[in-house]
Amino acid sequence: MHDLEVGEHLFRFPGGLKLRHHKQIACRDPLARPDMPEALYLPLQQHQGPVGELLVQPGDRVLKGQPLSRARNDREVPVHAPTSGTIKAIQSWPVSWPPDSEAECLVLEPDGEETWTETTAVQDWRQTDPADLIEHIRAAGLAGLGGAMFPTAAKLRGDWQQVHTLILNGSECEPYISCDEMLMRERPGAIVEGGLILARALGAERVVIAIEDQMGAVDKSLPRALAEYDPDDIYRIVEVTTIYPEGGEKQLIQVLTGAEVPHDGLPQDLGLACLNVGTAAAARDAVIEGRPLIERIVTVSGPGIAHPRNLVALLGTPVRDLLAAAGGLDGDVERLVLGGPMSGLPLASDRIPVTKGSNCILVLRREDTRRDQPVMPCINCGECVRVCPANLLPQELFKYLQAEAYEEADSLDLFDCIECGCCAHVCPSHIPLVDWYRHGKGVLRERGIEDARAQKARQRFEAREKRLSEEKEQLRRRREQREEKLKSGGDAKSEVQAAIERARSKSAGPDKEGDR
Amino acid sequence: MKLTLAGPPHFPPINTVSGVMKQVLYALVPGIAAHVWFFGFGILFQIALAVGFALALEAAMLRLRDRPLKPFLTDYSAVVTAVLFALCMPPLAPWWIALTGMVFAIVVAKHFYGGLGHNLFNPAMVGFAAVIVAFPLDLSQWLAPRQLSPGLPGLWQTAQAIFTGSLPETLSWDALSQATPLDALKTGVAENRLVTEIRDAPIFGDFGGLGWEWIANFYALGGFWLLYRRVISWHVPVALLATVVVITVPMWLMGPDINPSPMQHIFSGALVLAAFFIATDPVSGCSTMKGRLVFGAGVAILTLAIRRFGGYPDGVAFAVLLMNMAVPLIDRLTRPRTYGH
Ligand code: SF4
Ligand code: SF4
Repeated sequence: MHDLEVGEHLFRFPGGLKLRHHKQIACRDPLARPDMPEALYLPLQQHQGPVGELLVQPGDRVLKGQPLSRARNDREVPVHAPTSGTIKAIQSWPVSWPPDSEAECLVLEPDGEETWTETTAVQDWRQTDPADLIEHIRAAGLAGLGGAMFPTAAKLRGDWQQVHTLILNGSECEPYISCDEMLMRERPGAIVEGGLILARALGAERVVIAIEDQMGAVDKSLPRALAEYDPDDIYRIVEVTTIYPEGGEKQLIQVLTGAEVPHDGLPQDLGLACLNVGTAAAARDAVIEGRPLIERIVTVSGPGIAHPRNLVALLGTPVRDLLAAAGGLDGDVERLVLGGPMSGLPLASDRIPVTKGSNCILVLRREDTRRDQPVMPCINCGECVRVCPANLLPQELFKYLQAEAYEEADSLDLFDCIECGCCAHVCPSHIPLVDWYRHGKGVLRERGIEDARAQKARQRFEAREKRLSEEKEQLRRRREQREEKLKSGGDAKSEVQAAIERARSKSAGPDKEGDR
Repeated sequence: MKLTLAGPPHFPPINTVSGVMKQVLYALVPGIAAHVWFFGFGILFQIALAVGFALALEAAMLRLRDRPLKPFLTDYSAVVTAVLFALCMPPLAPWWIALTGMVFAIVVAKHFYGGLGHNLFNPAMVGFAAVIVAFPLDLSQWLAPRQLSPGLPGLWQTAQAIFTGSLPETLSWDALSQATPLDALKTGVAENRLVTEIRDAPIFGDFGGLGWEWIANFYALGGFWLLYRRVISWHVPVALLATVVVITVPMWLMGPDINPSPMQHIFSGALVLAAFFIATDPVSGCSTMKGRLVFGAGVAILTLAIRRFGGYPDGVAFAVLLMNMAVPLIDRLTRPRTYGH
């Protein structure tokens, strides 16, 4: 792997679909901000983890950018006040995940002043220790802006060997979503600088930005930014063919390297880290300007919205306010989708707030979702097999799940389904395949059968925590021993001798711990 | 605003079952037209009969099994079964043959196993196998193609023959009927005559049987269209035809006098129809792409074996049914490697 540079040759992934793009309709107007909402709703439990220890109470006045919670480990992601105002309550409020549910949210009533709290930027990030950079990024509340909301700090450090290449994912492959394209047009410099910061945090030598071959204007804006911010020439821009889901992390890695992420492993095991371009820009804002993650670009698009466009929204803004800022609904709207048409989540209410992973609100009318056939039995046509990027047998999985043979579905690698929706999109029998897979995974998890990756990730996390605490414990014990020895007037000379021997044996062989 | 909460994807699927089936039917039109040109109106009667019986039986079975009628009667799957069956029938076969065939295809092969999507065996071929075993004589009464015929029976005469079982007095079987090229080959070789010699008979055309080769060409045309429309995948037809070529070329080169040429094999009987329309039946075929290659190759090998050693001149139907039995095994052995495993 090391000898082949990422993105030098492009590879194909199996399956996938060529879809109509529909992205440009939301890129015609420049970025805009919706009016300040009456209240912002900040969920305490987000898609990929809790926000940590709460620092405020109802009644508190908060300033813009002030931390409202504190992360106790890399799995937690703090939230910050998106604007200045008063914490009104902590109350149950509709959220996007799981579908049609409510969760505890901090309710922040803006005062309209937008008074910033005091922020701390990193002085010279090029000289800053990577661990401090990661600490800073963690404190700024960064989580994957591509939609999964995976805690960024947990991607930057962990139990793996060297990461040599950082991949910035700018290939949002789903139709309609254009927030990344917009960002790459409007703030290419921020992405490039942010990528350099993330690369330093990771210890990566190269950065690859993957964009789609159908993106307008980006192929000019990015090179200009590179000329300005990348004097050492460690970047490479790679245009990938627009085939859904080539922007999925696993597929993108396959396209760029020809290698596959092991089913129980991470991209980091291949020496790669994959982050969204939006996350890179947010890292730059956090490190260079000291600005935590309090807003993001959201695409509001689809056949059911009057003026599709991209908006810069404060986290916590209800979807309803975004719809209004995009000209309001148009037609007999019956579905709101968070994300794209292929894999997005249906929203149960327009009161659901924007979170760090909200890339797109798709507005669909009745006629857009109508099916002119009921669900039929599987006719084994194999279309789903042809398009599955994970090389699964979707129809076999379905047959097992339908027969409630969950363990068999697991043995056919149900957990490796990335829920891209390709299979269901081509199924002539209109079987809601993705719903079945989600249901099946849920049942298996309830039975204590875990996805191999999650299992290993948890083990790794626990191992790391354990090691850290053991190291602390050892240090403490050593100090105690030393103190005792000193107290008991031990042999100072042998102490020095031992230290010299330790140093010698260390320089003799490679130090396993040294690469951390 | 009332919001619906169905899971992704949020746009309706791009295909429907009836859409797929209809395209298969469209693709058969050129072949059927050629059939009418060379052998007269008989095939149209056979199709109409089979489709009528198939739909009636399908409706009856849906009733019995307490299933909704409309979606399954309009999915065109029974129609496709019926048409494929009819295309294997002699043009003047009596009406009760179509009825018997459809009882086995729709009632036994399809609904006894659970209806659409659940049949283990190709229904059209089950129907065909049943009638060829039960009524071998009636199924050997083939017409001579237009060029060799004193005059193809007209509409009315065809109807009379099919429904009364006897020809109008003005026509005689001896003048009208003719062995199919495959029959002629089989009996010829059995009589120790040379293939080249047998092929001198007027029923043979440039490379297959006279008339038959053109019908096959038009089936292939429809098949290519299905490939282009991605209604069928290339795996089965390519594997099937390639296997026929790979096996027959060396045999033909070694013994051109006793072994028919590859072209002769491909362009006679139901091989092209099978390659694009019969062995590609999704329900009773393999789920994996590699499995489909194996399936196609298997059908080819078994067909050739039956043509060479078996009791029936064309073995496509039995070859398909035998391979249907092997599908679960092939599927298990050809499972693709999941990403990251
Ligand atoms: S696409 Fe649908 S009908 Fe076709 S094999 Fe897959 S699940 Fe079955
Ligand atoms: S949703 Fe799962 S099974 Fe379906 S195509 Fe995508 S990865 Fe394959």
